[in-house]
Amino acid sequence: MTTIRLVHDDLRPPGPSARRHCISIADLTRDDVQRLLGTARTFESALDREVKKLPTLKGRLVVNLFYESSTRTSSSFELAAKRLSADTLTLKSAGSSVDKGESLKDTALTLGAYDPDVIVIRHPQIGAPQLVARVTEAHIVNAGDGKNQHPTQALLDVYTLQQQLGRLEGLQVAIVGDVLHSRVARSLMQAFDLLDIHCTLVGPPALLPRGMNAEMTTDIGAIRDADVVYVLRMQQERMQAGANYVPSLREYAARWGITPERLRPGQKVMHPGPMNRGVEIDPRVADSADALVETQVRSGLVVRMAVLYDVLTGGPVGVRALAAAEVA
Amino acid sequence: MLYAKERSGENVVIRGARVLDPTEKIDATIDVRIDDGVIAAMGEGLDTNEHRVVDGAGLVLTPAFVDPHVHLRTPGREDEETIASGTAAAAAGGYCAILAMPNTDPVVDSAATLGALVETAGREAEVAVGFLAAITRGQHGEELTEMAELADAGAVAFSDDGVPVSSAGMMRRALQYASITGRKLALHCEEQSLSRGGHVHEGAVAAELGFAAYPSVAESVMVERDLALAGYEGQPIHLLHLSSVESVAALRRARAAGIAASAEVTPHHLVLTDDAVRSLDANLKMNPPLRAEEDRAALIEALKDGSIECIATDHAPHALHEKDVPFEAAPFGVTGLETAFAVLNTHLVRPGVLTLETMIERMTAGPARVFGLERPRVAVGARANLALLDLEREWRVESFRSRSRNSWLLGATLTGAVAMTIAGGAVAFEA
Repeated sequence: MTTIRLVHDDLRPPGPSARRHCISIADLTRDDVQRLLGTARTFESALDREVKKLPTLKGRLVVNLFYESSTRTSSSFELAAKRLSADTLTLKSAGSSVDKGESLKDTALTLGAYDPDVIVIRHPQIGAPQLVARVTEAHIVNAGDGKNQHPTQALLDVYTLQQQLGRLEGLQVAIVGDVLHSRVARSLMQAFDLLDIHCTLVGPPALLPRGMNAEMTTDIGAIRDADVVYVLRMQQERMQAGANYVPSLREYAARWGITPERLRPGQKVMHPGPMNRGVEIDPRVADSADALVETQVRSGLVVRMAVLYDVLTGGPVGVRALAAAEVA
Repeated sequence: MLYAKERSGENVVIRGARVLDPTEKIDATIDVRIDDGVIAAMGEGLDTNEHRVVDGAGLVLTPAFVDPHVHLRTPGREDEETIASGTAAAAAGGYCAILAMPNTDPVVDSAATLGALVETAGREAEVAVGFLAAITRGQHGEELTEMAELADAGAVAFSDDGVPVSSAGMMRRALQYASITGRKLALHCEEQSLSRGGHVHEGAVAAELGFAAYPSVAESVMVERDLALAGYEGQPIHLLHLSSVESVAALRRARAAGIAASAEVTPHHLVLTDDAVRSLDANLKMNPPLRAEEDRAALIEALKDGSIECIATDHAPHALHEKDVPFEAAPFGVTGLETAFAVLNTHLVRPGVLTLETMIERMTAGPARVFGLERPRVAVGARANLALLDLEREWRVESFRSRSRNSWLLGATLTGAVAMTIAGGAVAFEA
């Protein structure tokens, strides 16, 4: 059988483009990730100073374009840009022309007319960042596209792991819950793969994607061997009515909820937020010293500073990222 | 059952082409003379009789193609395609006849709507076009259309293509009633409780990228149901755009058991897998979706051994702005009339996966047989329905005669081009 080369390969512009994006962990190399983590550490030490603002991105414009609700991601991107002295403009779909039926392409073209240096986009559909990259001249940072990718979340989680556990290579992580609808899980798995972190997916049968190239089990007992239990949110808003992925949240909590009884002493627990206390995570776990949730939020700020800095000024980040983003 | 605008038969001599018609068992480099649109003589060194002479040296002359599955978007979405533009695209693709699906706006479910199409085709169609009528009113799956009257008004067959006939009871009634018309049911097999919301084949690519999945079992359970009902009622059915290895297996079992089932496959399911969706190009979104390599291999095998009798483009035009959106927001469907021969020649015939003869049979005699149409053939006495093909010419897919350009091949380079199409005795296309 012959293998068919993608016709789109023919359409790729020759050589890497000069424009850098952060759209998918799949576009990054191990070196890219290590460099970003290093930059984030540098920024973290700077934040200990009395005046926390750095002049690094003075005069640059960062546009935040959010088509889905978000608290921590949008606020941390905005704060990250401000800490680096960039001008920021935040647009949410509610109350904008999106309400009037404007297409993503037209909204992107409109914003592109302001010559932003970076557009940070969150959108419910896969590939929205690539579309914006295609029709504007800005550097694109993906703040979540549908169920596909949330690369800065994966980077901040890896940063948190390194800061808290002192190492990455050889760590064992169990990702528990609604993997099917989780862009966080997809990004994390790729990042873990780059960094030689071992990963197991645990959840109800219908929420473990069929065909996923990963170790998967429905047995919550599988979290026992993990250094870190990464708890995913039960994403009610992504579940179609009557889909019956699980019979009830009560049954989910009983079977897969992370309780103190299911954890070993000293086992760390992470969650991307927002948490459904009493569903995927027991409130006693959420409030325990082993929960790294607030550390993750703090990491988010410095990692997003590093990403903004890196796409605008950094070294050769992900040559593959450029090519992929330019053509998509 | 087929309609085209009136054209007088032409006088043409095609000189020195390799004449290839596998069904007529001809493969010889000879001249073909057409008098008043009818093949009058075939042989070496024919007199030109002052006819127009076309130099066929280095080219292949075959029966023109028949596409049993096209969306002409008329009535309702004439911005996307018209009978004139769709049949011009067909002519450019080497086709002399196409069948149009009834999922228009309004749906072709009454003799009045069908009559208007027949009338327009008689004025506008560059190549012969036949129309399928709906199985159920509005394609809602609740009430049968007046099939007898529709057949009298010219319906070639019946289909709710675009959506399945969800109720098994309704499908049974349709099979029973269609029997009086002598027309087949052409079935879009999809169990929507398994596919609803899905965009991409359920497999590694959908899992990795996070697309809602459309599993192949959503097709094959409906294929199994419809084959069982067709067997029970003793009625023939045609399975549209098969995509999965499980469906192919079901088709083989049914045919072996004597059930009169035919099937078609599209060029994109023969050439691509779901891996292509990684590009996130909305022009790779169609229903059924691109599937896995094992599915593609099974489809090719079934096409080769004749279990699948036809290649159909499922040419589905969409407006530019509707496809210039993220993948999940885009409608299903891609165009194909103008690239089908070239893409199959490039990716299957030239690499030796499929013979030229098999490809031609499945694009000419196969679909004509399935739908009871006159078979295009290279034979003395036959009306000239011919495609003159250049198997070696490279070209870049850039512009279309179709009103839409939602082709997954946009920008690609293909090998093999249509040099001339003669349809109904007249030249319908020249490169």
